Amino acid sequence: MSRVVVVGVGNTFRRDDGVGLAVADALTARVPDGVDVVECEQEPTRLIDAWDGAAVAIVVDAAASGAAAGTVHRFDASSSPIPAGVFRSSTHAFGVGDAVEIGRALEQLPPRVVVYGVEGGEFGAGEGLTAPVREAVDRVVEAVLRDLEEATCTNGR
Amino acid sequence: MSVRIADGEVEHVELRIFEPPRFFEAFLQGRSFREAPDITARICGICPVAYQTSAVNALESLCGVEIPTPIRDLRRLLYYGEWIESHALHVYMLHAPDFLGYTSAVELARDAPEAVQRGLQLKKTGNQVMTVVGGREIHPINVKVGGFYRAPSKRDLRALVEPLERARESSLETVRWTAGFEFPERTVECDLVALRAADGYAIDGGRIASTAGLDLGPSEYDEHFEELHVERSNALQSRLVTGGTYLCGPLARYTLNAPQLTPLARDAAQEAGLGRTCRDPFRSIVVRSVELVHACDEALRLIAAYDEPDVSAVPVEPVAGTGYGVSEAPRGLLYHRYRIDADGTILEAKIVPPTSQNQLAIEDDLRDVVERNTHLDDERLRDLCEQTIRNYDPCISCATHFLALDVERR
Repeated sequence: MSRVVVVGVGNTFRRDDGVGLAVADALTARVPDGVDVVECEQEPTRLIDAWDGAAVAIVVDAAASGAAAGTVHRFDASSSPIPAGVFRSSTHAFGVGDAVEIGRALEQLPPRVVVYGVEGGEFGAGEGLTAPVREAVDRVVEAVLRDLEEATCTNGR
Repeated sequence: MSVRIADGEVEHVELRIFEPPRFFEAFLQGRSFREAPDITARICGICPVAYQTSAVNALESLCGVEIPTPIRDLRRLLYYGEWIESHALHVYMLHAPDFLGYTSAVELARDAPEAVQRGLQLKKTGNQVMTVVGGREIHPINVKVGGFYRAPSKRDLRALVEPLERARESSLETVRWTAGFEFPERTVECDLVALRAADGYAIDGGRIASTAGLDLGPSEYDEHFEELHVERSNALQSRLVTGGTYLCGPLARYTLNAPQLTPLARDAAQEAGLGRTCRDPFRSIVVRSVELVHACDEALRLIAAYDEPDVSAVPVEPVAGTGYGVSEAPRGLLYHRYRIDADGTILEAKIVPPTSQNQLAIEDDLRDVVERNTHLDDERLRDLCEQTIRNYDPCISCATHFLALDVERR
């Protein structure tokens, strides 16, 4: 079976910016065998290495589109860009969307890429997610597990 | 960033790009001094090693510990990994697109995939060095007060030789590439401040030197530099106590220490047309590229000379008092100060990152750029301001292409 990878992006010392890492953490014990869970605490060009050789990549990061905190966005970035203005670019050199597009331009993008954005409310220096974002973690975990089930089935055939 | 223009005259330019690590200064209080390298490494995802190094320098000097040369060399190797990664990121992903007429690295990747590929490969080699020596590629966990938790084997390091040799070639290519860009003429007039070391182009420690002739030990930093609170914001700006603006980072390092670059890096600089000094913020991209050559060259030398040390760390017992530590983060001088008690509890921590030290110099440059371009519309003016800021490679969170420019015209 080809590689399947889940990447949580973020910074735990930037409040809700840590949500991608919280999701990755919660997923580690629950993903099917053969699925890699990776944390990306750095800027997202690291994603290009993280999904190297994968057939399926699922990325989770904090979003700042202006929606209510805890809102979960889901994008299939396999063949089209993520809409601009969803992901913050200020905590990283680039947004996740830029990393996806660089990967696409360099032909280093997995055939299937799903990106989750969890709308954050608080991005100041500090630890701990705000309540609505903390509550969203479980929902994203379940959604990613469903994606993985689907991906590993199709992938294994 | 906010700009106020009245009748075509610039009244006010203010840049709010950087938040000083106050949260971490408070977070460190009451913690053991042994936790400082781990905690401060989390301040920046791009330069964790810089924070670790300044922290251990401060604490080890306070506790009167001499770090054996093999361990110091390993730390320097780790630090070169960080320089390679950080410089490759800035040169290729953030700065080069400005010179080539692209709005982002995404566009550059579409038109010149081989260039972006080279940048990513360089960056990856930096990551590899950090993983092998630091134990983990992000937030290296292997550094501790006194040395390392575990020293890598010779074999571990040998695996880095081939990628680093390739990276050195790519770095030379990077110098040739960036040297061919067109540079608007620009000169930074303020004092340049960088560390200076007896044993090479300073990176992991040294004395604080300036073009005006300063020569200070780390403990004298506070007597000569001060941080000012900026009205209406959380920002702190550093300046010389004598009132002057100063700049640290690659231009300062090159201008003060270029003769200490490796011969290969010196030759590359000469071929690229860099003079003995460089005060042009646009050409900082060439200086960073030269520093990439130097970092790869030095990393290879350190690996070739490496012998596994008998111990990976020396014992350190806390001593009550204040310790001062400095190092050259990719963006410039990074100063740490810690006051600890006899049990090793941190009573007070002070961290002055390069970006807050460079803030005034960046603002001066921006004011000048705005003054000469008040006739441009806001969008064009914003592009110019973004480029001006990127010349200084401020802390990565700020170097993006998303500057909010607030122009008030009357």
